[in-house]
Amino acid sequence: MRERSIRSVPVPVLVIFAVALSAQLMWSALRPTASATAEQLPASMTEAHWRVASFGDPIPLSRTLMLWLQSFDNGAVTIPFRNLDYLRVTRWLDAILSLDAKSQYPLLAATRLYAEVSDEPRQRLMLDFVYRKFLEDPEHRWRWLAQAVVIAKHRLNDLPLALKFARALTDNTNNTTAPSWARQMHIFIHEDLGEVESARILLGGLLESGTITDINELRFLSERLQSLQQQHSNVANPTN
Amino acid sequence: MNYLDQVRAIAYYTLVEARRNHLLWVVVLTIFAAVGLAGFLAQVAITETQQIQAAFLGAFLRWAAVFIVSLTVITGMVREFNDKGFELVLSLPLPRAGYFLGKLSGYMAIALLIAACMTLPLLLVAPLEHALLWGASLGCELLLVCALSLLCMLTLNQTLPAFVVVAAFYLLARSIAAIQLMGQGPLINVESWSQSVVMFIIKAVALLLPDLDRFTATDWLVYHSGTPDLLMPILGQSLIYLVLLAGAGLFDLYRKNL
Repeated sequence: MRERSIRSVPVPVLVIFAVALSAQLMWSALRPTASATAEQLPASMTEAHWRVASFGDPIPLSRTLMLWLQSFDNGAVTIPFRNLDYLRVTRWLDAILSLDAKSQYPLLAATRLYAEVSDEPRQRLMLDFVYRKFLEDPEHRWRWLAQAVVIAKHRLNDLPLALKFARALTDNTNNTTAPSWARQMHIFIHEDLGEVESARILLGGLLESGTITDINELRFLSERLQSLQQQHSNVANPTN
Repeated sequence: MNYLDQVRAIAYYTLVEARRNHLLWVVVLTIFAAVGLAGFLAQVAITETQQIQAAFLGAFLRWAAVFIVSLTVITGMVREFNDKGFELVLSLPLPRAGYFLGKLSGYMAIALLIAACMTLPLLLVAPLEHALLWGASLGCELLLVCALSLLCMLTLNQTLPAFVVVAAFYLLARSIAAIQLMGQGPLINVESWSQSVVMFIIKAVALLLPDLDRFTATDWLVYHSGTPDLLMPILGQSLIYLVLLAGAGLFDLYRKNL
């Protein structure tokens, strides 16, 4: 059925429509735009509540929540969000990760976004979150703990913390689940800590175990072992 | 019978039709179901029982009210088309605007009654002034849903497309602010032309949509954060959008061939 022409519409109706449309456009243009502020980040519900809210399909909800949470995070890199409640952020990340345990996004956000804030207590909260989550699934989350080792060592200058993370990496992974460079991190942190003897024993044990098969890696680690042994003998015989 | 009497008569019979469709029973059963489920949650919760009840009741009743109002308008209009009542009324010496305003007034009265009913159980879990603020805001929200449903039904003539459009519009209007927020910030690649196009479209859509995310917030019930001055922008937005939807509906109705 063809419609009548626009001329059949009374002029007052056209005027009302045009005026209301203009008013709506002005209203929308004038209303304050939404912006992320630290205070607006609400508390997260528990995982069980989120599962109910997902109506049996938690992965889309997890992904959407992560993107939503990120909108609070966007400013954190350029404008320090001093008031952002990092405990709440970790609870959000925890809930999002619980809804989709295979997702790497929350751990990337924790190490590469939230831990970038130049505030040590907040950085430590994020690293602790990554450490706890790594222990739940070392096979798929080792790379984020490796990032945490780097941050603890170079940003926080906290070698004992870096060693704790690096040891966890070694103890909870094997050669099939994590590359050897990640599993060897603790040796070099021992060295940085001045624990040459420990580093020498660990490196020697690693080389003898036969788990390293790459020739270049073997050569590099052997040279490193020699250097450590040299340092060790210098410490043992300072007159030489 | 003058023009206003005609409008009043159409509005009255719209209300009578809703009563005959047992709309009141549907609303009462919905409220009982919501209160029952909220009571169950209160038994399960070990803390913040009242907040959990308020949050659940607020969200459940709001969604239910939107659903009921939208379907009431759409199914009512479908019956009008199928029974040829629409053609019969328009063949009478009655301006089309009179018919439209009569139907709209009737459905708006139903929407306001439903909003009032849905507010009653909230008085059990929230202070009076916050429950009333929530109810007034829900009333405004339902007026928009009712006008939109009428417009969609006049334009699309079919139940399914009309309901899908109303649902999509409602969901988008409630989430457009969050979508805009997600599209901002330094992590977004602003140099990408596809990103610019998407952001432009989102901005244009946001200009045309009412900011429903500011309406009927559960915060008011749970944290008692609502203040009366929040109602003014809600009333302003509702008035503008209601006139816009009515204008669009009239525009479509006048172009309709019988």
